[in-house]
Amino acid sequence: MVSGGVSKFVKARPDATFQKMVKEAFDYALGDVPRLKTDRIDGSVGSYFSDHFTRQLMAGIMATDYLGLCPKPNKRIEGGGATGGLCFQAAWESVASGRMNCCVAFGFETMSRVQTWKGNEFIALASDVNFDYPVGGFYSGYYAMMVNRHIHEFGTTLEQMAMVSVKNHRNACFNPYAQKRKRITIRDVRNAEMVAYPLTLLDICVMSDGAAVCILADEETAFQLADKPVRITGVGTGTDMMRMADRPRGKVILAPNEKESDYRNLTYPGVHSFRAGRSAALQAYRMAGIRDPLREIDFVELHDAYTSSEIQTYEDLALCRYGEGGRFIEEGHPFLPRIDYGMKLKKKGTIPVNPSGGLIACGHPVGATGLMQAVFAFWQIQGTIGRHFGSGELQLKKAERGLIHSHAGTGTYVTVSILERGW
Amino acid sequence: MSKKRARLTKPTAQHRDPRLEEVMTGTTVFNVPFPADLSTLKGMSPLVIRFPYSVEYLHSYGQDSPFFAGLANRKLLGTRCGPCQYTYATPRLHCPACGRETDWTELPQEGRVHTFTTCYYGSEEFLKETPFHLILVEFDGVDTLLLARLIGVAGPEEIRIEMKVKAKFRRNSQLKTTDVYFVPA
Ligand SMILES: [Zn+2]
Repeated sequence: MVSGGVSKFVKARPDATFQKMVKEAFDYALGDVPRLKTDRIDGSVGSYFSDHFTRQLMAGIMATDYLGLCPKPNKRIEGGGATGGLCFQAAWESVASGRMNCCVAFGFETMSRVQTWKGNEFIALASDVNFDYPVGGFYSGYYAMMVNRHIHEFGTTLEQMAMVSVKNHRNACFNPYAQKRKRITIRDVRNAEMVAYPLTLLDICVMSDGAAVCILADEETAFQLADKPVRITGVGTGTDMMRMADRPRGKVILAPNEKESDYRNLTYPGVHSFRAGRSAALQAYRMAGIRDPLREIDFVELHDAYTSSEIQTYEDLALCRYGEGGRFIEEGHPFLPRIDYGMKLKKKGTIPVNPSGGLIACGHPVGATGLMQAVFAFWQIQGTIGRHFGSGELQLKKAERGLIHSHAGTGTYVTVSILERGW
Repeated sequence: MSKKRARLTKPTAQHRDPRLEEVMTGTTVFNVPFPADLSTLKGMSPLVIRFPYSVEYLHSYGQDSPFFAGLANRKLLGTRCGPCQYTYATPRLHCPACGRETDWTELPQEGRVHTFTTCYYGSEEFLKETPFHLILVEFDGVDTLLLARLIGVAGPEEIRIEMKVKAKFRRNSQLKTTDVYFVPA
């Protein structure tokens, strides 16, 4: 990866069409690699989640033509919430296969085009419309059911979930791209309006308008274009049955740092864990040669559409064992070491998770989200957070290897990619 | 015929000065301020228009149709893969484990809450029904779950995982999965 750009995520961008938002992110990315002229770009992949939000079929080509990337190859990548992560990997595939030396990945979503509850309906159409949607299709409801089972199986607490919200909102205070930047407390999260028990308004990410762009190139091209290119050393994509009700109850898929005796009485994945997340992580770890993720990865940008899903994802990524996600945050591991969160944390900063503020605070313009994570991780590894954010509070001292994680449905598509210092 | 010829030969006002008929439906704008200096246009506030969008579908349940016919007859149907000895509470005509066709089977009408939530908000279509309770139901001897509404409880504090529930059916079927719902047993 040689460059990236993000349009600021906001609730609504009536001043711009999706093409213009993509153009902003694209121009930012080009500005960061002055040696890259558009004639060296061999093609692009584009991502947006919902045709309903856009109310424009083939919107991908409209962004492509606006960027001036015709008549080069382009295609649309779509997979629910993981759309951005899948797009990132599609660009990687284009380069890794040798088809392109330089490929642009762009993603966007224009969610402000309908009212919030209509937007929730569009999102809920990404659940089985014969068996699930008509019962009361609502993603916050689905995630609430999953975390209630997680609580039942493992004793996860609502306060542990709230800590995720406190952490991510606080981190976002130092990220000018974030949509929600505020200091809140565990009590604020629990006292916020209940949306789907036990998830409150502050446990859930918001809808946004926004775009993000990543520029990927092969090694030779990358070093011609950039001084500090970032290497993509592992990619993994997992899937699971669309209907939560259909998820099997079998044995845990073991990570290299786990053994069967860790999980004697646990049926897996049930509705409490994301098998697709575990599968994606293990593929990426194998490819990158990672055996002990907690020690071998410096930071993680993961898909925290819900505070609960961040906790569930610590476990899928094998940062801790299944069932220990709640304790993992309570002890302080995923917090940033140098930031004051207004609470006492015993083991602060073992592996910062969502240093950018994540989806909960940055916003979630679906097609852009997974690419936004890649851009933030890219800057983190380059050590350029200070320059891009205007302040260096979120820059980690050691950020040589990062993990990005994009997640769809109730865990139906999940991508994990490993980014490392390439110079 | 004579009418047509008349139109061809006698030019109407339309032909002499062609213009679209003015409509007074939807967004009707009479005056939009506009600057004389075009270079100021980039500072213009965006124009936002509003319009509805609705579609009527002819939606087929295809191979899953017997499930809905079952609900209309107060039967709860799942499917079973004999070779895998695996029963699906939410039916699927093919077993994803072995690829074989499954057989229809009647499910018990009593089960337990596997997990639950109470929705205080929802998608626009269901907003007027809030708060409502969603449960995943597990049945004895059945390997997968069924998503349904739970009624007859006041709030989430009255729902427990593993509590017993029983199926009830709407008297008038709507051929939707909500034809079946659950109440505390
Ligand atoms: Zn079978």
